[in-house]
This record gives sequence, structure tokens and C-alpha cells, in this order.
Amino acid sequence: MYKVELATKLADRVYEYWIRAPQVAQHARAGQFIILRLHEAGERIPLTISAVRGDTVRVIFMAVGKTTEELATLGAGDSIKDVVGPLGKPSEIENYGTCCVIGGGVGIASTPLIAKELKEAGNHVIGIIGARNADLLILEDEMREVCDELYITTDDGSKGVHGFASDILKKLLDERQIDRVWIIGPAIMMKVTSGVTIPYGVKTYVSLNPIMVDGTGMCGSCRVTVGGETKFACVDGPEFDAHQVDFAELMQRQRIYTGQEKVSLERFAEHRCRCGEGGHHHE
Amino acid sequence: MSDRPADVRIHDFKEVDCGLSPAEAIAEAERCLQCKKPLCVKGCPVCIDIPAFIREIADGNFPAAARALKEQNMLPAICGRVCPQETQCEGVCILGSKETPIRIGALERFVADRERENDPSLPETAKPTGKRVAVVGSGPAGLTAAAELARAGHAVTIFESLHEAGGVLTYGIPAFRLPKDVVKAEIDQVLALGVRLKKNHLAGRSVATDQLLGYDAVFLATGAGLPAFMGILGENLNGVYSANEFLTRVNLMHADAFPEFDTPVLHGARVAVIGGGNVAMDAARVARRLGAKVSLIYRRGEEEMPARKAEVGHAKEEGIEFLTCTNPTRILGEQCVTGIECVKMSLCGIDASGRPSPKPIEGSEFTLDVDMVIQAIGTSPNPLLVSLIPGLERGRKGNVVVDNDGRTSIPHVYAGGDIATGAATVIEAMGSAKKAAAAIDAMLKGE
Repeated sequence: MYKVELATKLADRVYEYWIRAPQVAQHARAGQFIILRLHEAGERIPLTISAVRGDTVRVIFMAVGKTTEELATLGAGDSIKDVVGPLGKPSEIENYGTCCVIGGGVGIASTPLIAKELKEAGNHVIGIIGARNADLLILEDEMREVCDELYITTDDGSKGVHGFASDILKKLLDERQIDRVWIIGPAIMMKVTSGVTIPYGVKTYVSLNPIMVDGTGMCGSCRVTVGGETKFACVDGPEFDAHQVDFAELMQRQRIYTGQEKVSLERFAEHRCRCGEGGHHHE
Repeated sequence: MSDRPADVRIHDFKEVDCGLSPAEAIAEAERCLQCKKPLCVKGCPVCIDIPAFIREIADGNFPAAARALKEQNMLPAICGRVCPQETQCEGVCILGSKETPIRIGALERFVADRERENDPSLPETAKPTGKRVAVVGSGPAGLTAAAELARAGHAVTIFESLHEAGGVLTYGIPAFRLPKDVVKAEIDQVLALGVRLKKNHLAGRSVATDQLLGYDAVFLATGAGLPAFMGILGENLNGVYSANEFLTRVNLMHADAFPEFDTPVLHGARVAVIGGGNVAMDAARVARRLGAKVSLIYRRGEEEMPARKAEVGHAKEEGIEFLTCTNPTRILGEQCVTGIECVKMSLCGIDASGRPSPKPIEGSEFTLDVDMVIQAIGTSPNPLLVSLIPGLERGRKGNVVVDNDGRTSIPHVYAGGDIATGAATVIEAMGSAKKAAAAIDAMLKGE
């Protein structure tokens, strides 16, 4: 059992959890993830490692499906049945010169650790974080602390620049030398934003989030096409060269279980109503 | 003893073979000639004293039979069910030339089941040696090595990346062939010898390689977990599975019981399974139990199928359609699978594996309407941990290179099971693990 040490609501449906998992915390690097299973009947879901403190790791997630909704009902002191990690290859951290680390929505969760390791490797680190609106913007202070420069965008203009991270990125690429770019966010956001760097020939990494089961290269559920070859995101990634990724296929494969996911979520919502359990630990 | 009727069993995941009654077991055991030089023992990869345990059954002394079995094999209820006895112990039984061989597998299972339901006895363990051994992977090879080394008095820790132990016994082989409570009970017996099991520990990631190499000896049993895909068009369409994924979702994650269990699996109406091995039979029969009409596509003839004859028979009884001498050329569909294009094959000449070599017949292409495809064309050694250990010699297929006793290129690191041999059977993995465990024990005691 893995204890939840701290559970905080960061924004609407967005939660920050610190989980005690020494074997993960001791070895975790930027770009890696965990897989957790809540209980005996639970599914295995991957979540990016967002930060590490002592024997605990932080995950940040949006409650959108059955498992994340159920996870969000846990409070500090509650336990998760299984946690395995760190999984996947760490980010390719080197001293490249100037690096840009971009997070979109809940994808911002992955950015502070990558930015921090890039900074420690000697890079000048520019952060760009974007969300739909000011309320959904997370980890601003943390990113400000680890980045040399930080830009903020919101889709509705309620904070920072009115627009998308890609707008800022394009401006930066026109103005100066950028050596590497990381983009983490929803698949469509990564596709659009990484498209910006193609004409500039800047190597760009994206962190892919296909459906996984074991997370150790055994099942092939997470296969993605990169540069015309099939790769397993869990062991060959999760970070890949954005310009080689078949995003259309990624998004298609993320929809395999849409029907079942809806059934599962509705069933869970009904169950919660019947039990009078609101899951309001965080409000 | 009998199989449950096919039209009944395809609606559940309960065991197909009901096993022997005590009277049937005794009658079968009494047929044994008790050969002075028993060929069956030579045919057994883990060298069970087969005449000895059969003699105890004939005498009605079932607990003694169990003790005799467990002297050489800590997983008898598993082996009794999944070993290919027809090519091993039973294949060489002297009675086979005149009548039918002794049903050694059924007897092994009978003894083990009976013991499990009554009072399991544990073999003795030697005094603690103070030596620490790390075993990576809790499949058949890992469990066997762990049991042998614990009995020799060493402190054994197994690292398992999944949330359940058992490896392929748990995620791969379906419950109707190997019930999960049987697997769990035999794993518990291994743990009762004092073996520590660390689940959710992926060696190389959750356990650093230098941490691992810090043990007095390491046994790598990470298996052949990497699924192969054919490399044909349409393979990443929604509805295409590796057998590993399909079976893991059902066997390990219980997707057949969705939404009681959270993991989903697609329920195809018409499913194509590609392959002719035991895994292909398992995948086809699971898909059948989820309600599909299943076609099994194999590029050679039925005679050449690597699957056990009994499993081929079971699959046919359950209504699986066999399309032999047929090979898929591409999977059709826009986003989801809607069909599969195949070509008929002719068998000509003999290839490197000693089997007839299949060649496509030009112009014989045809399509099948299917909404799901499961590829069961084999697996290769899991590269994750072994690629992270510097200096560990690997073969062309990614397997760890070992000598006859499981020694690798690193002095205190041994390997066995599919990671060393490539995909093979449960019992072959156990046999290689036993040899390696003996060598590890000798090394640790020689120091």
C-alpha cells in the first residue's frame, strides 16, 4: 500500500497528490512516470512524476475518467494499492544552450522537473505555460523559480498573453537562437505547438500519453508511430522527437475505449450518489 | 475424469478439465510398470522421481506422493496442467509403444490438487547461509530458482514489476486452463519457504542496477515479454491487439468482468487470431468466451502448429474456425478494424526450423470481415533490464547468453527461462532455473 501524504485541489477538477513510494522517489528523473492501481478492481493508469521530495513523489491530474475521479476522493492518510515506477526513459538532459519548456493545461505538471534539470545542466531555460483561463493555470510560482524567463498565456486572456503558447514560441524563435524545445500537454496542443518549430529545424520533444497497461514493454497497448516505426511509449519513450510523431494515430488510439470509459464513469457517479459520498475532501 | 462440454464451458472461465477422482487416480497409477530405468524421469526437465510418486498414489498414500513430487518441483499443480507431457515424460513412457502411456500429468495434478485442498506440507530448508540472492521476475523460472535457493538456506528476494506475482502464469495463461487460485496457492508455498516478494519493483528502474548487482548472486528471469507484430499495414488500427495485451487485460486485469473491474477490453463480434501456438489457442478461446465468432489464421498446416494437440482439439470443440495455410497481408479499416486481407500459402521445401516453408500463392488474396485482430506470433526477450546491465553479453535475438548452468558473462549473475532461451515452455524455464540455482548454490557455498 502506498500512502497519500498530501492531497490538494489546485484548480477546477485538477488535483495535486504527494504519494509515499520510496522505490520511485529514490530513482525518479524528469520525464518519467508512474503507474498506479487504486484497489483490487482498479485499472492501471500512468501519471507523470511532477516532483520528488524525500520518499514521496508528486502527481498532478485532472479528474476526467472513472479512475481519476475516484483518486480525487482520496485524502491525506488514505492509501493506493499499487504504485510502480519510475517508468520510461528520463528526458534527454544536456547542456544545449537555450531551451524552451512548454506546458499546456494539466501538462504543466511535467514542466518544473524538466526545467529544473535543464537549468542544473547549465541551460538558459525559458518557460511557457498556458491554460484555458487564469483559474486553470497551475504551478506558476514553481516555474518562475526554476526558469530564467517565464511566459504565461490564456485562451481567454484572463491572465498573461491572450493566445496560445505557440504564439509566444514563434515570436521567440524569430527573435533568437533556441536549441531545444519540450512541449507537454494534450495531444492536439503538442501537435499544433510542435508544428511551429519545424521550419526553424529546432529539435522538439513531446511526452506522449497513449493508453497503457503494464508500462514495462510487455503488452504493446501504447504503441505509437515515430518516424514510420512502431515504438512503445512506455519503454522507448514517453518522450519522442515531435517532428516524427504520428499525432493523428495517437489521438485515434486514445479513443479506443471511449464507450467503456463513459459506462465506467456513469456507474461510478451513480454509486457515489447512492452512497451519499460527495468526494469533497478538497472543497 | 473428463472435459466439461464445449457448449457449456465457452460461457465461463472455469477450468475445462475436471481432473481425476481418487479411484481413477489409483487405477491409473496401478498401470505403472515401475521401470528400473525409468525413461519418464529422463523426459522430465525438472527430474521428478515419477515412479516414486506414482507408487505412493497406487498405495493410496497421497500426502507421501505430494512430498515425493515437491522434492523436485514446487509447482506441481501448475505443471500437471500446462506441461506438454505428450512430448516429455508421457512421450517416452514405455507403455506408450503397446497401449497408452501413463497419464503422468493428470496424476501430478491430482496429487497437487488434493494436497492443496487438505494440508500442504513444505520441504525442509537448510540452515541460513547468510548469502543474499536477488531473483528478477516471478514467473516459472524466477519462482523455481527462488524456491531452490531458499531451500538451500539463502536469503532470496524476488523483484516483480507487476502488482501480482506469477509472470506468464498470471497474465498469460487463461483461468480455464490454469485457475488463478491454483497459481496463487503454489506461489504462496514458495513464499512460505521464506522467499521475500517485492511487487511493483521494476528492476533497473525501481531497483538500480548497482543495487541489484550488490547481491551475492543475481538470477535474471525476466522472460520473453516483448510482443512481436507482423509489420503489416493497419496494425495500429483500433481493435488490433497483441496476444499479450488481450490476455493481460482479461487474465490479470479481469476485463471480462468490466465494469465490476475498471479495465476495459473490446468485445469483437468477429475476431481473427493470428498464430498457431498455445498462446494463439488461448487468445482464440478467450475471445470466444467474450462472445466472438473466432477465426484462427495460421500460415502453415495444422500438423505444423506448435500448439499442443490437446489445445488445438479444445479450440476446435469450442467452435474456433481454423484457416490454415493462410497468412494476413494487411488489416483493413479507417480508424477501427473492419477486415483483414489474407493470402493462401503453399508449403514447399523445408525451412531453417525444419518445418515446411510457406510461400504465398499469387492471386489467392481474399478478405475476411472482422472487427478485431489478435496477433499471437511470438514474443522476444524483454530488453529493459538486460540492456541496462553493463557487460552483460546478449545474443542476436536479445537473449542473455548463458552456459549450461545459466552462467552469464558477469561472474555472479545467472539467467534462466525465456530471457536466456527465447520463448519456450513453462517447464523448460523451470528446468533451466533449477540448473542455475544449483550452480548459484555451489558458487555461494564455495566462497
